Amino acid sequence: MSHKISRRDFNKLLVTGVAGSALGIFGTIKPAFAAQKRVVIIGGGFGGASAAKYLRKLDPSIAVTLVEPKATFYTCPFSNWVLGGLRTMADIGQTYTALKSRHGVNVLVDSATGIDAAKATVTLKSGKVLHYDRLIVSPGIDFKWSAIEGYSEALSRTKMPHAYEAGSQTILLHKQLLAMKNGGRVIICPPGNPFRCPPGPYERASLIAHYLKAKKPKSKILILDAKEKFSKQGLFKKGWDTLYPGMIEWRSGPTGGKVTKVDAASMSVTTDFGVEKGDVINVIPPQQAGKIAFKAGLTDASGWCPVNPSTFESTIHPGIHVIGDACIAGAMPKSGFAASSQGKVAAASIIRLFQGKEPAPPSLVNTCYSLIGTDYGISVAGVYSLSPTGIIEVPGSGGLTPMDADADHLREEAMFAEGWYRNIAQDIWG
Amino acid sequence: MQVTIRSLLTTCFVFSALLGAGAEATAATTPAQKEVESNPRGQILSLSCSSCHGTDGKSAGVIPSFYGKSPEYLETALKDFKTGKRYSTVMGRHAKGYTDEEIHLIAQYFGTVWQNNK
Ligand SMILES: Cc1cc2nc3c(=O)[nH]c(=O)nc-3n(C[C@H](O)[C@H](O)[C@H](O)COP(=O)(O)OP(=O)(O)OC[C@H]3O[C@@H](n4cnc5c(N)ncnc54)[C@H](O)[C@@H]3O)c2cc1C
Repeated sequence: MSHKISRRDFNKLLVTGVAGSALGIFGTIKPAFAAQKRVVIIGGGFGGASAAKYLRKLDPSIAVTLVEPKATFYTCPFSNWVLGGLRTMADIGQTYTALKSRHGVNVLVDSATGIDAAKATVTLKSGKVLHYDRLIVSPGIDFKWSAIEGYSEALSRTKMPHAYEAGSQTILLHKQLLAMKNGGRVIICPPGNPFRCPPGPYERASLIAHYLKAKKPKSKILILDAKEKFSKQGLFKKGWDTLYPGMIEWRSGPTGGKVTKVDAASMSVTTDFGVEKGDVINVIPPQQAGKIAFKAGLTDASGWCPVNPSTFESTIHPGIHVIGDACIAGAMPKSGFAASSQGKVAAASIIRLFQGKEPAPPSLVNTCYSLIGTDYGISVAGVYSLSPTGIIEVPGSGGLTPMDADADHLREEAMFAEGWYRNIAQDIWG
Repeated sequence: MQVTIRSLLTTCFVFSALLGAGAEATAATTPAQKEVESNPRGQILSLSCSSCHGTDGKSAGVIPSFYGKSPEYLETALKDFKTGKRYSTVMGRHAKGYTDEEIHLIAQYFGTVWQNNK
């Protein structure tokens, strides 16, 4: 054991005095293992895997069990790059090897079927029952299948993928794009707010256009949107005009964008203004918190989970923290970056709570990069803190790529998008 | 658990006061824990940075790494991004989200956390 004393410890030593027990400085007192704290995490996506890694990194005395049914997790971030032919599925597959071997997380390939908040237990599909001192729930989203007449989970698996969970859905939509004729029409139907990744459908349109421009230049993309406006709208539209003039048409909800019905046999969708036919139809249905959150009674009337904005502890069931897309996080968007940021805040809070200390006030961050073309990247950034009304964006911080950004700026942001993916994947699963 | 803003702020204040009295020098088992206990607010402010800059500021790709930099270097860089003295595409938008005091805490955290990995 090294007895080298850092400047910080030295300062501490100076002020500690006799009463403050200098023993701790040399690390000779270990917490009793009989009292080892157990955290169970449901979901190994952006939120859950971040919490698992950071709990272990910041306090290795905690026993962390992560429950996730997928052995390989395909990230939604960069799945649009796969659709555009810029990445392969292998590039966006993350595994749990490092969490297990490097960070000592107990990873169970299983899924949670029930939570008993009173008994503090989680029941798994395999029949196993896990006991926890604190539970973190990060199950992502579920789709409201019945919101659009004619749409269903079965249809999403065959003719009209949503591709809003990455994996087989991404592969299916990609195959349909590859099979489409030159001169075909792609229809993308984004939902109303709130939903996962607000710029996601528009980055998707951009990267599909990137592919079509090179391989099937007579093709068109029609975006039929439930909303009146969308994330980074000005920047996207400018990018489309620059790179794909005439290829992408966007219709807002009130001008015939809201899709009320789909028909697989005729490959068409119906809006208030009429029927539109497509060769490839990507329906992104309205969303709500992942199923297990409903089953455990963690959701409110909105379909999402209310939480204490400081610790992400459920305001319905104490001892259970809900993070990521499933929770209501004030001004924060539903993004992988936000989910990871929340996972770290929840981890740090839980450690403080186990120590009988008040958690530090939260600080959260989000950056969503979107790629419009290979050298054309844009972003929205935000720093968030706690106010009396909940989580707000720090006034004067964050914001969008400037509208007048030059080519060098846009190229650098495209490079940063790539750098971001590498680092966040490493920071979460590495 | 209900946490009011006032109680959070008070707590934060009390923590820093206690820190001076050495009450935080409890049985730390790991360097990381020591870091948390000595600068919990700095840690909370800093953890999100690694989503772009890599765990502990060790970047794999084109985004700048700051692993191994001194607290002084980091504080100056962040303040320069905040004022616009240093050019950036994205970083200035983030730096504007922190007070000078918070920047100081972040710089302390990342400027020392790597020393624990030695
Ligand atoms: C096309 C697209 C592009 C995107 N691009 C970006 C981007 O560039 N940047 C960005 O920050 N975000 C992006 N996002 C958003 C991002 O994917 C989500 O916000 C993020 O995945 C949310 O994290 P989460 O932990 O809440 O859920 P997820 O990451 O979806 O993880 C949830 C996990 O929980 C598991 N699970 C569910 N139920 C159970 C159960 N009962 N038991 C055990 N496990 C369970 C699931 O299998 C899943 O692995 C994009 C999304 C899409 C659709």
